Amino acid sequence: MEPREAFASAGELTGGLGGTGYLADASLATVAWLALRLQRPLLLEGEPGTGKTALAEALAETLDLPLIRLQCYEGIDATQALYDWDFPRQILHLRAVEAVAADQARDVAQIEDQLFDQRFLLARPVLRALRESPAVLLVDEIDRADDEFEAFLLEVLSTWQVTIPELGTVTAATPPVVILTSNRTRELHDALKRRCLYHWIDHPGLARELEIVRSRAPEVSETLAAQVVSAVQTLRQDHDLIKPPGVAETLDWARALHELGSTSLDLETASATLGVAVKYREDSERVRAALDRILTS
Amino acid sequence: MSVPEAATLHAPDAVLLGFARALRASGVAVTADRERTYLEAVAAVGLMDPSGVYWAGQATLCSSPADLERYDQVYAAWFGLERAGTRPRQETSPTLTMAPLEGDQGSGETQEQEEDAVHAQASATEVLRHRDIATLGSAERARLAALFAVLRPRAPRRRAHRPTPAARGVVDARRTLRDQLRRMGEPGPIAWRRRGTRPRRVVLLVDVSGSMSPYADALLRLSHTYAATGLPVEVFTLGTRLTHVTRPLRQRDPERALVACGNSVPDWSGGTRLAQGIKVFLDRWGRRGMARGAVVVVFSDGWEREAPEALGEQMRRLRALAHRVVWVNPHRGKTGYEPVQQGIVAALPHIDDFVAGHSMAAFEELVEVVARA
Repeated sequence: MEPREAFASAGELTGGLGGTGYLADASLATVAWLALRLQRPLLLEGEPGTGKTALAEALAETLDLPLIRLQCYEGIDATQALYDWDFPRQILHLRAVEAVAADQARDVAQIEDQLFDQRFLLARPVLRALRESPAVLLVDEIDRADDEFEAFLLEVLSTWQVTIPELGTVTAATPPVVILTSNRTRELHDALKRRCLYHWIDHPGLARELEIVRSRAPEVSETLAAQVVSAVQTLRQDHDLIKPPGVAETLDWARALHELGSTSLDLETASATLGVAVKYREDSERVRAALDRILTS
Repeated sequence: MSVPEAATLHAPDAVLLGFARALRASGVAVTADRERTYLEAVAAVGLMDPSGVYWAGQATLCSSPADLERYDQVYAAWFGLERAGTRPRQETSPTLTMAPLEGDQGSGETQEQEEDAVHAQASATEVLRHRDIATLGSAERARLAALFAVLRPRAPRRRAHRPTPAARGVVDARRTLRDQLRRMGEPGPIAWRRRGTRPRRVVLLVDVSGSMSPYADALLRLSHTYAATGLPVEVFTLGTRLTHVTRPLRQRDPERALVACGNSVPDWSGGTRLAQGIKVFLDRWGRRGMARGAVVVVFSDGWEREAPEALGEQMRRLRALAHRVVWVNPHRGKTGYEPVQQGIVAALPHIDDFVAGHSMAAFEELVEVVARA
């Protein structure tokens, strides 16, 4: 069966994702399900550490598809995203042909054709996704790439095909599931946004975050997990923090406390392990001063 | 859909399309193809699932966090219900009200002295270039506006990660081989490459509070000449709150750009909360990457009502992120000016360049300072 059609409703997708340990709320599940059903790329934005990349991984696992990841960075271009020719091997091939058939007359056109063969083609993530589709293509931190790259990506995402002059056009049999993530360091172009479904991922609420900690770090005792999550939730209420802790920090903190042999969070252990959750000097001073209040709330 | 009887007279698609239009009227950029995707998405989740319809609309019609708030408001107004999904969104930019600053809007006694004998003989334009903008009449301002078109802002350059072909540098093995391959393996000239340069981002933070109001128009025109060049430039206004105005200022026509900008800034000529504004900028944009390695230009007179230490702390954070911090103070250009305002005193240790910004000539200097940063 077509993997995109595997889930009849958003609720079923939530269940599927839950099976891999990714707990999506109703909104995210609905949008992800729509992205599958409407064959649209999904653009995820949100604070760092809210599980944007993890969703792509969980989707790939749930749908049992290969995950192909394209990490964007400044200056990325088509040869790194799409394909490149393996020049050293092509040269090697030329030399080999020379050595073997130095005295025989050979057809030049035939040797040329050999040079631009599939085996000399280095398929980069986007081409791989098109060829191996159905697959999940994760375009991570698209905001770090340049405008030109965005335009190039837009072309691929709207036609699901690329043309290699020497080989011809590669078209995806079924469009791959595409997840784009952005940290909003740069405003993306409207044309790209229009192609995509948009979702803003917030920090999870108390109950959901507790569920996440329980499923990801089952070794941590229940009281400790509850205390850590409620402390982190209180920290996030403080708008003056430079970097409020994300879910990853919550998990790290809970695990760190567990490793230290704690079964509950008290003033002393919290103060000693605060660096796991809060990563700025200004923040840790601020939090230390109010730790008493945070732990009792 | 859980819409009361009154709406049963209308077809569901008419109701949904009406909602999309209402959303567009509220300022969200809803285009026809987005409307179509919206209908498809709603059809996919089904009309019987109100929260599904809510999320489908949000995913297809919105494209930035700013749109989400508008979406919620219009959704509540159009469908007459509270939003179906529950998502406590934290107040990201608290609006703070403050009494406007009284007095001291730059004393007028020293300004006339600037017109010395040399300027008197120069052409009217030349005089205009050196006049303090705060002292200009409306006709002179109109003539000055035309002068902004002459400014040619250039972005400062930085070393790029990507190498570019060059006459010197390191051997570009790939290009050399590719050229060789084109000649069927025949050796030829060696290609070289070196790291190129790219424009640095320039971030302009314009104080539009009461004490800066004589200069606000000119500073925004200057910002527009920057934004309209297509360089990587971002513009924010600072007052009682921080407003991102890059998009309205990107239009080519300066008058339209200024009107669009004026419509999006809610706090003209109000009070200032410099430290708070810079903090919001750093938290929401700067630290994410906008200020990293950028040249940040702050246009302000440094009147800070709150504790000056807070401004010093925020400027320290800004300096730690930015490549260079330029502070433009219109009063700097006046004779006898001393940086004694508490805000400026707190900020000075964290500033790379402290320049004047009171006249066209000063703006020309500023353009040079930014280009060389």
